[in-house]
Amino acid sequence: MPMNPALKTSLHDTHLALGARMVDFAGWDMPVNYGSQIEEHHTVRRSAGMFDVSHMLCVDIAGGQAQAFLLHMMANNIAKLTEPGRALYTCMLRPDGGVIDDLIVYYFSPTDYRLVVNAGTADKDLAWLADKARGFDITLTPRRDLGMIAVQGPKAREFTWAALPDAQAPTENLKPFAAARLGEWLIARTGYTGEDGFEIMLPAHQAPDLWAALMAAGVKPAGLGARDTLRLEAGMNLYGQDMDETITPLECGLAWTVDLQSERDFIGKAALKALKVQRTVVGLVLQDRGVLRAHQKVITPQGTGEITSGTFSPTLEKSIALARVPLGVAIGDTVQVEIREKPLNALVVKPPFARNGRALI
Amino acid sequence: MNTPYNLKYTPSHEWARLLDDGTVEVGITDHAQEALGDIVFLDLPEVGRKVTAGEEIAVVESVKAASDIYAPIAGEIIAANTVASDAPESVNADAYTAWLFKIRPANAADLEKLLSAQAYAGVVDSEAH
Repeated sequence: MPMNPALKTSLHDTHLALGARMVDFAGWDMPVNYGSQIEEHHTVRRSAGMFDVSHMLCVDIAGGQAQAFLLHMMANNIAKLTEPGRALYTCMLRPDGGVIDDLIVYYFSPTDYRLVVNAGTADKDLAWLADKARGFDITLTPRRDLGMIAVQGPKAREFTWAALPDAQAPTENLKPFAAARLGEWLIARTGYTGEDGFEIMLPAHQAPDLWAALMAAGVKPAGLGARDTLRLEAGMNLYGQDMDETITPLECGLAWTVDLQSERDFIGKAALKALKVQRTVVGLVLQDRGVLRAHQKVITPQGTGEITSGTFSPTLEKSIALARVPLGVAIGDTVQVEIREKPLNALVVKPPFARNGRALI
Repeated sequence: MNTPYNLKYTPSHEWARLLDDGTVEVGITDHAQEALGDIVFLDLPEVGRKVTAGEEIAVVESVKAASDIYAPIAGEIIAANTVASDAPESVNADAYTAWLFKIRPANAADLEKLLSAQAYAGVVDSEAH
């Protein structure tokens, strides 16, 4: 018996009515699939699928020192955001450079930002932000009143506009990583699949009607199983698996999200500048039959490594993985992965493996 | 739950079908394929291998997990279903048609020791609570 009953999003009944297979994810009762997760994956790459991501948390940061606070807290340089609605992807670091979470920051004005953080780290993130906010003139507002639906795929925007005709004009010209506010809704051209689409943040009680309208417009429900195979094909990290507080962004493929160029100081900067990087992340494609999975040992000429995320790629019809390996392992190398005590060959590649409907490897 | 009455079952979610020639076809149950999700690889035993009851002899890999398959009875592997291993999703589509391997039993009577459909249904029910 679970100690605490799992949390439910406002779409919980909707998922059950659709026959979803449910699973506990970070304390939330979430749909893992509605049938075949491979079919859901293909639908996102070929048409449009939607995910209930209401378990993630929006945190609104406002006040006179909102920008100064985020410049201090985030490894990426949020001063780059100057147009209302623009967003960026960043890590939030400990003083030793370890990743507390990866998140998106939306800018509306120097006194008005929104963060979107992972479900499993939401409480930790809020406690950290609140502690560091002391002495800054800001307010921190966790938005548990909001739900979120991610509509993803080449037809995602088209079907979204069919479901929400009034949303078309305000969102038609949004560039990727930009968002538009419509009343209490925020529609962002972002996603975690490597396809085009929108993530729609809205009052939670309105999510079931939106879900129904999107289904009527042709969007298919997709669960966490497909979400994982899609993001891994797209070369995107999953916090808690590909990185955690013991890993710096320079060691998990996220150096591109860290601003070490500007004069700005931020929590973790000194540790990163002093770090002698010994390990890196590569992509692997299994050359034999089988499935790569997290924690399998990787054997390379430069030493042993470990798979951080592995799965079967529906687009490539092969198994793929992200692996943390010693520096010196090169793209094009063949390494071995120990699967059930047998060494199987894997090719080292540069992620992403697939995006925008196509295999890239 | 789909649990055909004419088959025998194991607590580890294999089914066994006695064929007219005395050999036994083995696969995984509908409950098992549903729990596994999309199946992507089958790792089947070599023809000719002698196996003991309860021995780990095959693996069914789904996107989610790798699941070990156990020989329900002792005997010799006389066939592996290469049609299924070329189309692993066929196990999801019809778990009782997509057999995995065939055994020539060491003792014909061993099949009787396996679970009836009703007993297996009881196993599944008790796992759910």
